[in-house]
Amino acid sequence: DIPDALCERDKVKFTVHTKTTLSSFQKPDFSVPRQHEDFIWLHDTLVETEDYAGLIIPPAPPKPDFESPREKMHKLGEGEATMTKEEYTKMKQELEAEYLAVFKKTVQVHEVFLQRLSSHPVLSKDRNFQIFLEYDQDLSVRRKNAKEMFGGFFKNMVKSADEVLIAGVKEVDDFFEQEKTFLLDYFSKIKEATAKAEKMTRSHKNIADDYIRLSATLNSLSAEESTNYYFIKFCLKLFQNFLCVCLKKVEGRVASDEELKLTELLRYYMRDIQAAKDLLYRRARALADYENSNKALDKARLKGKDVSQAEEHQKRCLQKFDTLSESGKKELTNFKARRVVAFRKNLVEMAELEVKHAKNNMTLLQGCIELLSGN
Amino acid sequence: MTGLQKFWRKDENNHSSFSLNDVFVLQCDSCFFCFRGTFRPRHKHLQQRRAATYLLFLWSSARLLVPAEPRRYAAHLLGAGKSPQLSLAPLPQNYISCNVSIFWEELKLPYFIFLQLEEEEAKDSFDVDVAVTNPEKVGQFNYPTTSSLPLFKSKAFSVRRRFSDFLGLYEKLSAKQTLHGCIIPPPPEKSVVGMTKVKVGMDDPSSMEFVERRRAALERYLQRVVSHPSLLQDPDVREFLERDDLPRAVNTQTLSGAGFLKMINRASDAVNKMTIKMNESDTWFEDKLQEVEAEEQQLRKLHSVVDSLVNHRKELCGNTAIFAKSMAMLGNSEDNTALSRALSQLAEVEDKMEQLHQEQAASDFFILAELLADYIRLLGAVRGCLDQRMRAWQRWQEAQSTLQKKREAEAKLLWANKPDKLQQAKDEITEWETKVTQYERDFDRIGMTVRKEFLRFEKDKAKDFKIQIIKYLEAMMKSQQRFIKFWEAFLPEAKAIA
Repeated sequence: DIPDALCERDKVKFTVHTKTTLSSFQKPDFSVPRQHEDFIWLHDTLVETEDYAGLIIPPAPPKPDFESPREKMHKLGEGEATMTKEEYTKMKQELEAEYLAVFKKTVQVHEVFLQRLSSHPVLSKDRNFQIFLEYDQDLSVRRKNAKEMFGGFFKNMVKSADEVLIAGVKEVDDFFEQEKTFLLDYFSKIKEATAKAEKMTRSHKNIADDYIRLSATLNSLSAEESTNYYFIKFCLKLFQNFLCVCLKKVEGRVASDEELKLTELLRYYMRDIQAAKDLLYRRARALADYENSNKALDKARLKGKDVSQAEEHQKRCLQKFDTLSESGKKELTNFKARRVVAFRKNLVEMAELEVKHAKNNMTLLQGCIELLSGN
Repeated sequence: MTGLQKFWRKDENNHSSFSLNDVFVLQCDSCFFCFRGTFRPRHKHLQQRRAATYLLFLWSSARLLVPAEPRRYAAHLLGAGKSPQLSLAPLPQNYISCNVSIFWEELKLPYFIFLQLEEEEAKDSFDVDVAVTNPEKVGQFNYPTTSSLPLFKSKAFSVRRRFSDFLGLYEKLSAKQTLHGCIIPPPPEKSVVGMTKVKVGMDDPSSMEFVERRRAALERYLQRVVSHPSLLQDPDVREFLERDDLPRAVNTQTLSGAGFLKMINRASDAVNKMTIKMNESDTWFEDKLQEVEAEEQQLRKLHSVVDSLVNHRKELCGNTAIFAKSMAMLGNSEDNTALSRALSQLAEVEDKMEQLHQEQAASDFFILAELLADYIRLLGAVRGCLDQRMRAWQRWQEAQSTLQKKREAEAKLLWANKPDKLQQAKDEITEWETKVTQYERDFDRIGMTVRKEFLRFEKDKAKDFKIQIIKYLEAMMKSQQRFIKFWEAFLPEAKAIA
């Protein structure tokens, strides 16, 4: 797990702490500092390893995104001269809260990645993974230079073109046929759902922001009212307290919780499904290779030369295809079970949180109403 | 104190009524009022409530005996409806008696009971139902104002009024000398865009919203007018409330001659304000002016924040709806049945949330934003009445300076020894002297009225804000309750995912 993480300027340094009973490690308990790029490197190496072609590689954690808090910080710095002291402190608090939320999210995502790797029977034995966990000094991962980036981009394009071609290949196994259609369909739906969920949580955040501004304005209004009109001052102060304490925090929390549970869930599974699709793609590729090799064998037999080579090739392809199919089946069933469990957990948690927040809201509102009408 | 015993006859339908024959005139300490008319409650439970408001001020122009000069008087309602005598149903006899005592009251409350009475009347009277009739050739639409004092749709007191009539009433009231110094509530503003949309007959929700907004704004406007004691006694207001057919208020159209005149007047007023600095002898007024200006600024800021809140909530509504749909689709394509069911349940919950959000947005808007907008305009009216005082002062000073000049002219004539012009000069001097004294008296009177008005305004404002805020919080609480219900219903579904 990742108990600690530091943010330094642009980079985030994670402290990865491992406890293990496996004998392949030198020590049972150790920690190393890692950066985000190291995670990406690990993921890429796993993807590129041929042996793991039959496995669903957990998706890489997304780059830590501190842009929006950074923007706010910038605005805060600019507006410092114009805002009152109270507004300034409030905005600073809110900024800090947001920063913290993003930070927590990032740490969680990275943690989940590592945990999945370590719980997978095959992947956890990977040498690279062990290096990642163990190597004391900086991994100094060579970041992809421009050529490699370009190469990667090009590969992606080829892959997508390939995917379209492969989609036409006839599927031999019913199970995989079903899975493919299901996954494709599901992927598109979940992508859409993620986008909409993001919009919704953003609206919630906007409302929370508005409540903050409202409370600030009410504050200044009540400060200005002349002392003769005690009543309206009291009334306004109450309203403002209510808003400031309750709604701002609660709504803000509702928004962030909703985001954590629902949106993150959807986002994660979107990426996971992408990984599953990759698996299917690889398998389909293997099938295509196999069929090609069959054809080549036939041609060779016709021509009468290179028969043994073609046979070899065909045998290998068949082998690869079979292993892929087997492991693919296992992985996909696991995936389904895992997905259902995760959805359940998150949905239950989200519902409970919503209820809790609403109850909080209600008690606060009730208290407020009583105070106001009693006066 | 004189008491009055009044018997109300119950007619065949067991409604309490007193008919046209029951005219009672009560004279008490040089104030008097009369009441007559029919009183027919619509629903039984309202009967009991309405029994409390048995003071009916029916400004029937033909039959009213109006006091010679406006006096303030208050009626003290015994028990204000809680007296057991007033429950109509169990009473065996045919007559219901009630005791009404009236007493002369100079300044203070139960002025406010009076007010409360008026409010109650006003509340049911001004059920401003807007029936958007098909745009006539002239392109206006009607606002039937049912001012059936205490009741609803009593034929005698339901009048139809156009929006321009409301504006016309405001114009008339602001022009009156006698009302100078009073805070006259301003009517809602014209809106060209909204009106053209409605006139064209478009049926989309925004034009419905516009109509509803306007109706609510007009209702509040009339309630404020009626709750002001001196305004209520004004014959123009009475005429507005009861005459069937008002002459069309032409001078409210922006592009008319009167409209231009108004604009010119306003411009010259602004210039005046800048050039002439009033020699303020009373710091109270200066303080008040500053307070009012500061408050107006704050309210404006608050209003803009509430506006953005409303917009964001509407956005949230839309987004939630879209999200619910995509969730439903996701649930459809999911193959695990329990999860699929749970997802479609989630979609339904989000749908209901959207409705909740929409209602919340509406309440945000209609309660908070409109309240703030109203008070911003009212503060403008308050400033107007301070301006009136200043103008009275200016008039006084001018009259004084003219008097001075006339006196100098007279002195000159004396010196130049022209006896014929002398008489004329003396006449002019006496004329201007009376004017000066009159203007001075006016100024003082306005000053006093302004002070009283301020007090009343502040009290009303505090009350108003309190009521509205409580209403808003209660609405929010109700929506939170429903929120809880929905999510709790979803919880077992989510838990049932195998």
